[in-house]
Amino acid sequence: MSKGGLNYRLVIFFIAIVFGVGFSLPTFLQTKGGAKISLGLDLQGGLHMLLGVKTDEAIKSKMKSIASSIKFFTDNNDIVIDELRVKGDLVSFTLLDKDEEKNLDNMIKKIPGVQIKKDKLSYVLSLSNKEKVATKKFAVSQAVETIRNRLDQFGLSEPNVAKQGADKILVELPGIKTIEEEQRARELIAKAAHLQLMAIDEKRADQANTMSEDEAASYGDVILPDSKNPKIKYIVKSVPILDGSMLTDAKVGFSSMNQPVINFTLNSEGAKIFGDYTAKNVGNHLAIVLDNIVYSAPVIKERIGGGSGQISGGFSIKEAHDVAIALRSGALLAPVKLLEKRSVGPSLGADSIRASMLALITGFVLVFLFMIVYYGMAGLIADIALLVNLFLVIAIMALFGATLTLPGMAGIVLTVGMAVDANVIINERIRELFREGKSVAKAVEKGYTNAMSAILDANITTLIAAVVLYAYGTGPIKGFAVTMSIGILASMLTAILGTHGIYQYIMPIIERSKSLPFWFGVKKGK
Amino acid sequence: MQVFSKDKIYDFMGKSNIFITISLVMMLSSYFFLYTKGLNYGIDFAGGTVVQVKYNKVAPIKKIRKAIAKDKAFENATITKFGSANEIIIRFATTSGNLSKDAGDKIKNLLKGTGNFKIRRVDIVGPKVGGELREKGIMAMVMSILAILIYVGFRFEWRFALASVMALVHDVSIAMGAIALFQVDFNLDVLAALLTLLGYSLNDTIIVFDRIREGIGDTKDSNLFNVINDSVSKTLSRTILTSLTTFFVILTLFLLGGQIIYSFSFTLLVGIIVGTYSSVFVASPMLKWLGFSLKEYRDKEVAKVKRRIEREKLRAQYEKGLM
Repeated sequence: MSKGGLNYRLVIFFIAIVFGVGFSLPTFLQTKGGAKISLGLDLQGGLHMLLGVKTDEAIKSKMKSIASSIKFFTDNNDIVIDELRVKGDLVSFTLLDKDEEKNLDNMIKKIPGVQIKKDKLSYVLSLSNKEKVATKKFAVSQAVETIRNRLDQFGLSEPNVAKQGADKILVELPGIKTIEEEQRARELIAKAAHLQLMAIDEKRADQANTMSEDEAASYGDVILPDSKNPKIKYIVKSVPILDGSMLTDAKVGFSSMNQPVINFTLNSEGAKIFGDYTAKNVGNHLAIVLDNIVYSAPVIKERIGGGSGQISGGFSIKEAHDVAIALRSGALLAPVKLLEKRSVGPSLGADSIRASMLALITGFVLVFLFMIVYYGMAGLIADIALLVNLFLVIAIMALFGATLTLPGMAGIVLTVGMAVDANVIINERIRELFREGKSVAKAVEKGYTNAMSAILDANITTLIAAVVLYAYGTGPIKGFAVTMSIGILASMLTAILGTHGIYQYIMPIIERSKSLPFWFGVKKGK
Repeated sequence: MQVFSKDKIYDFMGKSNIFITISLVMMLSSYFFLYTKGLNYGIDFAGGTVVQVKYNKVAPIKKIRKAIAKDKAFENATITKFGSANEIIIRFATTSGNLSKDAGDKIKNLLKGTGNFKIRRVDIVGPKVGGELREKGIMAMVMSILAILIYVGFRFEWRFALASVMALVHDVSIAMGAIALFQVDFNLDVLAALLTLLGYSLNDTIIVFDRIREGIGDTKDSNLFNVINDSVSKTLSRTILTSLTTFFVILTLFLLGGQIIYSFSFTLLVGIIVGTYSSVFVASPMLKWLGFSLKEYRDKEVAKVKRRIEREKLRAQYEKGLM
């Protein structure tokens, strides 16, 4: 007769039950505190995007700002240069003042990473390769920072912005409810928020509607449209007076006509440049340009000190609000483009949860009943293990802060089908041993021993497949691999150790009852 | 309850030629479908845009088609029902990198006036991302087969490993043939299903192989056929039972899981059936075909045991010497 009673396997199984139920409760009850499984975007609804950073543009804009600083320097030191142009990743100009050559060269050499190529007095500036790589890298990390800042200020819950690979950015927004909200968030991210204060080319201002872009470029000008009426064009100097990098604050305000406007403040360097320029150019026009659109082009009436300005141009309040956020969080050094987007409405997510929960419960009930019909009490013991297995999977996922996706849900459903496999193998072995005439206690013990190598090999190979799936999978597929792996590992604990412990505990009862059909669904010797 | 008579040994090997022929025909027709019909790549791999729209009554597909066609960019869009009659999927191959105004926004504007609708899902996959996903998918497939090959080779013998991998190729080929035949959307979910199938079918095969390994050691029988027949018959009940429980849940997932997970559950449903078939009827005969010899294997095992005993002897002597 077997001893029965408590054994180490049962104790471990009890601990697993307490652990599983305890840590899955916050998820089931949706309590406030405690670690819970968070739902993936495909289940709760939301926006997932992969953005690519156009890093080449960062180099172009860097060249533009180098041109600006050369212009500022030469203007201030009364050095005469001509034909200052930015073309792609090159800046070119001609120095007319040979005496100032050394002075100018010294200044340029102070700009990090700039290479000078000179043909007599015509200069061509470019960036060293190292500087180009650094600029691109900075543009990506700056874009991540900037987008995160913007989304934080936008007021969405738990936005996730992360760099991926060399030049990609992953953006996840779980809180999006409607397509309108989604579009607004996308527009906010996409906004370059590149503020430029530019000089109107007074000599050619009247040809704005007739001149071609190429002709304008030959004068060092660009043609930009008006914000309210895109048909109205302005010819402005392509090298800006200053840009948004010198901006310290931007706020929504109201004009005297009660229209929403954006008031911005410049830092001290910007304020000085702005003050100096306006002092010298009284009577000329100044264009306030945001993302290559002219918002206004007022006449400079007097020197503007203090370094503050205003963008007005028929914003709605929402637009003004978003533009102010974008300006405050800084310009994107390089524009971003959409590589991949998955947006799921919350109602679709709820449908998916309902459908997969229904499949999970139905599948579970079917397997549960089937095991009892086929194996009797042995089936019930396997079912207990299966139930604990489910709790454990949920508890472990909650503790790891794992995200449950739709494929992950399918993984759990699949685990239900596969987790009883170990018990099927064990029970079949036990039945075999009965047929060989072994006693109940011996058959159970030996059944576990015999089944072990098959169960281990089978589970390890499945685990290998799951690990590879995780390593090479993307997004939701990873979620599937995670639930599969946890399910397999948990099933080893519950289906092998747990059920074994139960048998050992109740062995005296089984031996006394002598009813094999009741306990194992089989007649002895059949 | 008990379904399979326990002591009956079925003659699988005697009929193995029939099973192998069936498998070959299935595989060849799968390749035929893959070649003629081709895989219906979803946007995950091909790149493109999918917009899912739900109306509050039956979706007016004709009207929708007309409305969409107004924009040249969507000329080649396909519009299909999705699950219920109220819901449709608009799919087209083009994508645009424009973040602030994407295809979903344009479709929403075009559909104005076709009824009361809600855009429930917009998936956009750029061509470059699609290519990357495809590469990663193929890598995952190859890597997991390799890893499995190494593990089984290490735990059993190389012929077992090769036989199990050939059974896997068999299963995946036929599952993909079915996907091509029914033109199921080949997307990331299907890839996950195929990889699950790899693990599942292998699981089945390993359990049969484990029994064969055990059988080789237990009997003195020198006939490989008998050993295999015996082992496959003994595991038959387990193979069928586990396949049944798994089949139940996949079937509920297929019937109740909704349209969005349809391609996943379809692939698994086909896979479970083929995988079970292959581990019983295909993998074991493969051992014979690969020239597995009982004598050779037993000799090797004996040699292994001998080596171990000798090593232990040596160690014992060594330890004695040290003392």
